[in-house]
Amino acid sequence: MVPREGDIKYLVFYLEIGLCGPISFWISLWYNCFVKLDKKIFEIIFHARGGQGAKTAAEILAQAALHEQKFVQAFPDFGPERTGAPIRTYVRISDEPIKTHEPVVDPDVVVILDETLLGIVDATKNLDENESMIVNTTSDRETVKQKTGYIGNIYPIDATGLSLEIIGEPRPNTAVLGKLVKVTEIVKLENVVDVFREKYTGKIGAEKTEKNVQAIEKAYDSL
Amino acid sequence: MTYQTDKTNKKALTGGAAAAEALRQINPDVMPVYPITPQTPIIETFAKMVADGEADTEIIDVESEHSAMSAAVGAQAAGTRAMTASSSQGIMLMSEVLPIAAGMRLPILMLVSTRALSAPINIHGDHQDVMFVRDSGWIQIFCENVQEVYDNTFIALRLAEKVRLPAMVIMDGFTTSHSVENLEILENSVVKKFIGEYNPKNYLLDFEDPKTFGPVALPNFYFEFKRAQIEATDGVIGEIGEIFGEYEKISGRNYDVLESYQLDDAEKAIVVAGSTAGTAKVAVDELREQREKVGLLKIKLFRPFPYEQITEALKNVKKIAVFDRTVSLGSIPPLYSEIKNSLFSILNSQFSIQSYIYGLGGREIFKDDIKKVFEDDQKGREIKYIGLK
Repeated sequence: MVPREGDIKYLVFYLEIGLCGPISFWISLWYNCFVKLDKKIFEIIFHARGGQGAKTAAEILAQAALHEQKFVQAFPDFGPERTGAPIRTYVRISDEPIKTHEPVVDPDVVVILDETLLGIVDATKNLDENESMIVNTTSDRETVKQKTGYIGNIYPIDATGLSLEIIGEPRPNTAVLGKLVKVTEIVKLENVVDVFREKYTGKIGAEKTEKNVQAIEKAYDSL
Repeated sequence: MTYQTDKTNKKALTGGAAAAEALRQINPDVMPVYPITPQTPIIETFAKMVADGEADTEIIDVESEHSAMSAAVGAQAAGTRAMTASSSQGIMLMSEVLPIAAGMRLPILMLVSTRALSAPINIHGDHQDVMFVRDSGWIQIFCENVQEVYDNTFIALRLAEKVRLPAMVIMDGFTTSHSVENLEILENSVVKKFIGEYNPKNYLLDFEDPKTFGPVALPNFYFEFKRAQIEATDGVIGEIGEIFGEYEKISGRNYDVLESYQLDDAEKAIVVAGSTAGTAKVAVDELREQREKVGLLKIKLFRPFPYEQITEALKNVKKIAVFDRTVSLGSIPPLYSEIKNSLFSILNSQFSIQSYIYGLGGREIFKDDIKKVFEDDQKGREIKYIGLK
């Protein structure tokens, strides 16, 4: 991954005031500048309720990354999907092979597919202020901020509304992918769309597939 | 979920789907199946492939896992390639038939997606189910990731048919079976050539030379049957190397009965089997960056257990942590127990100890046989037999 803006700020901050600081300053300087920047795996957590298609969204994203010759992992932390129960699904994308099999503990991005989970699940755990949270909600950024206390980047998107409008069904999982791609640029939109068409045209027909693609694209353009 | 990028052999699949992909390429003759979480995606995905005409396996929907293994025994004994898949309580229900498959020397392949045992009920991954049946006579191969599930399926089949013993390919329930990971697949023709045709030495439907399978063996012969089976099982370690070598030629992936990771100069090491080996490698990498001399030994082949290779791999390590994802109630955990056994030979022991197997199948044991063990020099084989003809 390229150095992120937040990390560079840390570096400048420490250089300015940490030059003659105690040893802990130098350790945290080293940690923030090298260890964190060295993190090569991009990690995402989807928070959703069973039945909302978070697993499908995660798998589409992983397949799109595969399209770009990346190494991927996409896995749920639940067993049998219980409709309506809070669930988490994880995605890892990397230029290097991924060896770990632990759940994602320090995400780069968190996606909340169901806003009723805000306040129920600890979605912002280990989410730093230079990282991002995407929330499927009709509320604005400030409301989400107040609900979660998260001071980083919040991207609200009415994915359910979008999918109802375009597809005619509540399918926030596909629409939210557009937003996720726009925010993270972790894969190309065209690859997400390609994978979706390839995987779903046979299952749900060309018409519905194209409507889903429209929802993805509209969410992408909705910043 | 299957999706192949253009003109490449690279896919991203779950462990379950990777197993089904390997099954498609093997195209077994018969597959008796019964669903159980977290194994179901294997048979579900494969059944769809058969329905779509991508394989012409005869899938038999049976009424229980006991029947699944029984049907596999019947089909394999008849002279076909039979396979199945299961988890947890399903393996428990099969457990009556598992030693029959091994005793009849039938190279049945079973894909296992591991899961905890009830009670309390739990569907998630641990190794209690496969460890419960570790003495059933089946070869057991653990997989770290989706790629290994795919590769080990072919390796296990070749091995099973070579030594005429059944084999389990073991993936961690959910962690591997339901996790999408990168996977490189082989050409169908390459797989076909690697696994070859199944030409059983003995089979039921051989009308020229009729045979019977699994007849009664009373105390006068049972012990010798078991000794032959023990020899065949121990022989696995001698045969597997060549198969690994052949597989490397077609895949570029180099495997062994165990994997030493950063072990050469390690003072401390973790021993672990299954998907946790991957996570532990990352832990080792991070500690190595801090110049800690740590390493990892991954167990791939658990049955038969490769004692000598493990002794060799661990001989210079000062501190060993053995990870068991199971319990052996009333005893020490199985992998820990095996590692202790492996290391015994290099301890400067104050005493000598010897194993004797006796009395199988009702074979008599006499007082004079018992007295003789006190005169035994306890050299040679670690396991000796009393009363074997």
